[in-house]
Amino acid sequence: MNRTPSGLRSHSQKPAGTLVPGLVALLASLAAAQAQDRVKPYAVVREAIPLSLTGKPGDPARGRAIVANRQVGLCLLCHSASIIPEEQFQGDLAPDLAGAGSRWKIGELRLRIVDAGRFNANTIMPAYYKTGGLTRVGSSFAGKPILSAEQIEDVVAYLATLREVKK
Amino acid sequence: MTAARRIFHILHAASLPACAAAICILSLAAAPLRAGDIPLNQRQSGYDTMGRDTRAMQDDDTANPATLWLLDGEALWSKKEGAAGKACADCHTDAATSMKGVAARYPAFNTKQNKPLDIEGRINNCRTEHQQAQPLPFENKDLLALTAYVARQSRGMAIAPPPENMQPVVDQGRAIFEKRQGQLNLSCAQCHDDNWGRKLAGSAIPQGHPNGYPLYRLEWQSVGSLQRRLRNCLIGMRAEGYALGSPEYVALEAFLMWRARGMKMESPAVRP
Repeated sequence: MNRTPSGLRSHSQKPAGTLVPGLVALLASLAAAQAQDRVKPYAVVREAIPLSLTGKPGDPARGRAIVANRQVGLCLLCHSASIIPEEQFQGDLAPDLAGAGSRWKIGELRLRIVDAGRFNANTIMPAYYKTGGLTRVGSSFAGKPILSAEQIEDVVAYLATLREVKK
Repeated sequence: MTAARRIFHILHAASLPACAAAICILSLAAAPLRAGDIPLNQRQSGYDTMGRDTRAMQDDDTANPATLWLLDGEALWSKKEGAAGKACADCHTDAATSMKGVAARYPAFNTKQNKPLDIEGRINNCRTEHQQAQPLPFENKDLLALTAYVARQSRGMAIAPPPENMQPVVDQGRAIFEKRQGQLNLSCAQCHDDNWGRKLAGSAIPQGHPNGYPLYRLEWQSVGSLQRRLRNCLIGMRAEGYALGSPEYVALEAFLMWRARGMKMESPAVRP
């Protein structure tokens, strides 16, 4: 398929050599190896990931910063979070994060962040710890999960602190 | 009288506009609404949901910054270009007549090139074939100016349903629209069909209609093409953009025009 816009000319007129497919295959296998490094296996038990992805508990303060950051956690693009009032421009596509720690146990929160599609294949919630089964991932994101295992543990630790206030 | 019999009668009336109307009815029938499609009577232009100030900017040509591009486009229309030394006006004379309604029915299938062309592609096709000039790259100021000028001639007109020969392109565009893409694994449809009106990062998600392009976007501080806007969304989905001018974007444009059929053209519009 010709992807060159009609108005732009290719800088090089050289035909693609036989080296290119080999190189592409090599890069692809490197990327795959990297992706494997970046997403470690985890066990799902009764709709939850009971064990920490890092083997250690996360840090709730760091987790809050990740949730509040629209370039890192991306959470507030869709979710509202009345417990983070200093961040304006929150979404209303998904439930308020307040009280999330009362609604779900830690292992359930973890699986919901790691791969929400397990509960509803059509969800708009992206899988935060998954690199396979995706299409046309932008080159700077290829082979990388949205958050690292450490970041996910921080977010899980933060969300677990969000208890429903009893009225 | 059944619908088929009615169409038969219309065809036998044999007047050209009636035939065109019948073909419109047929192509609408060929592409029925699907479950996730926005009901026709619920469709709204981005204009309907934007703020009063932005609307006022679009309503008044002297306040609409895109007017500067329009004036450039008007001048370029009569400027001789390329080895052939021809201007657009040499063949198409007065754009107000010859270009009226053209942008409301593009992208269209170009039988000579055997592919669909959007307005930008058609202008470049004229440049290379008739003016013997270099095609202009996407988002080039002159190409935006000419596109805005051509699209201006359809302002207020209803978007025409794509003809039968565009149906495969419309279908291809729908497939791309509904395909989940990028690291965030989202499709266009998940936001613009399923969740329009709800808030993403504090702003209401628009239905995503193409009826104002090319348009002045406050965020860009410039006029930009529909393809540029589509690429913006793909970047937001952390997906690999298609090359500007690629068949995928033209197919998406064709699907969006089908989706917005009957809506009024506003080009060049203003959007936040």
